[in-house]
Amino acid sequence: MKFDKPAGANPIDRMRVVGRAHPRIDGPLKTSGRATYAYEHKDVVANPAYGVIVASAISKGRIEHMDVQAAERAAGVIAVVTADNAGKLGKGKFNTAKLLGGPEVDHYHQAIAVVVAETFEQARAAAALVGIKYSRKEGSFDLVEALKEAPLAKDPNSPDKDAPPESRTGDFQQAFSRAPVKLDELYTTPDQSHSMMEPHASIAEWKGDKLTVWTSNQMIDWGRSDLATTLGIPKENVRFVSPYVGGGFGGKLFLRSDAVMAALGAKAAGRPVKVTLPRPLIPNNTTHRPATRQRIRIGAAHDGHIMAIAHESGSGDLPEGQPETAINQTRLLYAGPSRLTSMRLAVLDLPEGNSMRAPGEAPGMMALEIAMDELAEKLGMDPVELRIVNDTQVDPEKPDRPFSQRNLVQCLREGAERFGWRNRNSNPANRREGSWLIGTGVAAAFRNNLLVPSGARVYLGQDGLVTVETDMTDIGTGSYTIIAQTAAEMMGIDMEKVVVRLGDSSFPVSSGSGGQFGANSSTSGVYAACVKLREAVAQRLGFNSAEATFEDGQVRAGNRSAKLVDAVHAGELVAEDTMEWGALGKTFQQSTFGAHFVEVAVDAFTGEIRVRRMLAVCAAGRILNPTTARSQVIGAMTMGVGAALMEELAVDKRRGFFVNHDLAGYEVPVHADIPHQEVIFLEEADDKVSPMKAKGVAELGICGVAAAVANAVYNATGVRVRNYPVTLDKQIAALPVVA
Amino acid sequence: MIGLGSGGEAPATSSDAARRGFDVSFEVNGEPLNFRLDTRTTLLDALREHAHLTGTKKGCDHGQCGACTVIVNGVRINSCLTLAVMHEGDKITTIEGLGEPDHLHPMQAAFVEHDGYQCGYCTPGQICSAVAVLEEIKAGIPSHASVDLTSHPELTNAELRERMSGNICRCGAYSNIADAIAQVAESST
Repeated sequence: MKFDKPAGANPIDRMRVVGRAHPRIDGPLKTSGRATYAYEHKDVVANPAYGVIVASAISKGRIEHMDVQAAERAAGVIAVVTADNAGKLGKGKFNTAKLLGGPEVDHYHQAIAVVVAETFEQARAAAALVGIKYSRKEGSFDLVEALKEAPLAKDPNSPDKDAPPESRTGDFQQAFSRAPVKLDELYTTPDQSHSMMEPHASIAEWKGDKLTVWTSNQMIDWGRSDLATTLGIPKENVRFVSPYVGGGFGGKLFLRSDAVMAALGAKAAGRPVKVTLPRPLIPNNTTHRPATRQRIRIGAAHDGHIMAIAHESGSGDLPEGQPETAINQTRLLYAGPSRLTSMRLAVLDLPEGNSMRAPGEAPGMMALEIAMDELAEKLGMDPVELRIVNDTQVDPEKPDRPFSQRNLVQCLREGAERFGWRNRNSNPANRREGSWLIGTGVAAAFRNNLLVPSGARVYLGQDGLVTVETDMTDIGTGSYTIIAQTAAEMMGIDMEKVVVRLGDSSFPVSSGSGGQFGANSSTSGVYAACVKLREAVAQRLGFNSAEATFEDGQVRAGNRSAKLVDAVHAGELVAEDTMEWGALGKTFQQSTFGAHFVEVAVDAFTGEIRVRRMLAVCAAGRILNPTTARSQVIGAMTMGVGAALMEELAVDKRRGFFVNHDLAGYEVPVHADIPHQEVIFLEEADDKVSPMKAKGVAELGICGVAAAVANAVYNATGVRVRNYPVTLDKQIAALPVVA
Repeated sequence: MIGLGSGGEAPATSSDAARRGFDVSFEVNGEPLNFRLDTRTTLLDALREHAHLTGTKKGCDHGQCGACTVIVNGVRINSCLTLAVMHEGDKITTIEGLGEPDHLHPMQAAFVEHDGYQCGYCTPGQICSAVAVLEEIKAGIPSHASVDLTSHPELTNAELRERMSGNICRCGAYSNIADAIAQVAESST
């Protein structure tokens, strides 16, 4: 099915099942410990051997000699695989650095060997016996230095391949120089780690030349394709299975070393091998969100209207890597006739930078939404009103291109009302409760809506059950549940009559989970397959499918009706389809919107920051399941608090690696850091985006949160911190005098 | 006997023990289990890799995340930070022992009702911790958030959040987990 004109009325509009707050159908398995994650498929793989990865101790250079004899002789060891004996390997399309290093080393903790043994303990002990002599090369590890020479970089995801690297509308310089109120500041965001709770893990089993990998991956088809490319075998010979994914946040979008090393280890050992990345390897072995340095200039009229806006961002990555597209939202979020956005990409020899929850917008909004707060103060305007004044219903660079639906203003107004914004004292450091300085902050939320082709296969069985198969993944997002809701709504049956099977490359290729495109894209694929199944059912029953309605287990057309199961007396029915996307995403700018409101308390003596209240109002099309959607948003708000107050991979600029590479050194929010969180969804249905009329929320929820926290801290203390994270050492010297 | 495949005599020296394995018996979810294990095997790996009870999760393997929380003799611990051979005769409760998919423990049911999880990987540890936290408060064990050390700790939101802070949830379900625990706490008092 191709979605190429706005959706008319369709069975989803009934919202008998879709749109309802249904608990997750995978909940009982997850809460009772019965859901099987990557390392746990004991029922299908008996007696696997254990692989433990050896990782590079240098960030750049060459392995001169690797002595594996002691490891090979160690108790229980079955095989040791290195670049020397792995055979010729390719590099996956989505990988920047190769996943098995040697003799050249591209980054710290790059995998350089896997030791396979009978037990985990034996493999781990033997891995420590591998002797390696390196010759270390100097590398580029300092973003500030590297950006001095860095060239302009295009947005690799831009549909317009001929677009110049700088995007200019009007004459920024002239408009900025004329503007009576100006802001020109530099903001920095650090490298961040996904730190999902389930480490990357894989079990690999060869049967002849066929390889099955049970793994933890957001994008089944990408991973399968890239594993085939890496191993130099046909894609048809690889099966990827990932029914449960213990968190990803972008860190499991791609094939990683656990899968490659498990496959190589299993081949060498002649039996199934399982490999998990030890937690301390994850930040340097895998990908991270790259640090940015962002200069923002805004010129405004006295009434707050933006006359000129420029956002220039710099980031770094390994050779042939990609820029962090932190300027994305600035091209679309606020009105203003004169605009300039650009990116620079420096070469760094740090581990590979790549997508983490809302790549581009998350760090971009961290900067832009502090800048808007600063501009409001310069104007003497309320920061909510400043954002409302600069709303636009069209793409500011292409005014003939409207937004499909844009309710940013309603989000801000509704949020301000619910939060009690009008009671705010806009003069900073003016509210005290005992030893606490209290402040509130606001930020807009913005993230584009992406559409990805997505397929599904649907069965109607003689037992009356509808089974959906798609290689879509559930990474905590609620895919199982919203897909069941979609099928139940389309077929007119109860959720209990739907079975959902996900995350297996033997099922139709789906959108996968990423870029907040998963919910809308994958349910649209299920919608398409169900339309076909409805046609097959109607045909079997001798009904005109165009007028047939499916409700309460019945199919009705005119004054005729039959039971749905009557259609399968002669045998089960199967339908498969893929939702493909026409030009509506180009004709209309499709985005999601929100507003974040935060209250913080800052200890007047120590500068300790506590978040006391959080509210998000979101406008993201139809909400398929308010329970799981709300969870996506509160989770994103929590990660936003981490970005605001604690998360930072510390770079060793001499040796070139992230120093705090575990969950003790890389701090993420814990229970005590997070207050009760409120989320409100505006009632919407966007007919330009899909037959589901839904958009994503998982990344919208993080965009702007950190800035709202930072703005609240400023309101509490009067100390403006522009370098994330906002830690107490950055403000304590400037805190107001309290005694 | 669960554990190392090869049989053999009882170990005479510690190096023999490492090689041949060490016999240990403890009860898991009411079932007595006998293991012959490499002495380096953690309780976590004994449960996951030898008893095939994979509900207990390995998130960091060194006591930073809480995903491996189990209840040993009534007290919650990080099973990754303790060797299996140290648990001779112990009574261990894992997430599998609290309830089953069609017969959930009230805390498991509350997590489902309040959506106190997303990816589900930290969830068994959160639930084991939550069950133990309520017992700790009942037993009068103070925490950093307790108003003073001599009076009985109150069942407040601050107490629950403080006591649960050793269990990281990167999906960020904390607000819902707090609601789930509060519901169970209220219904049991």
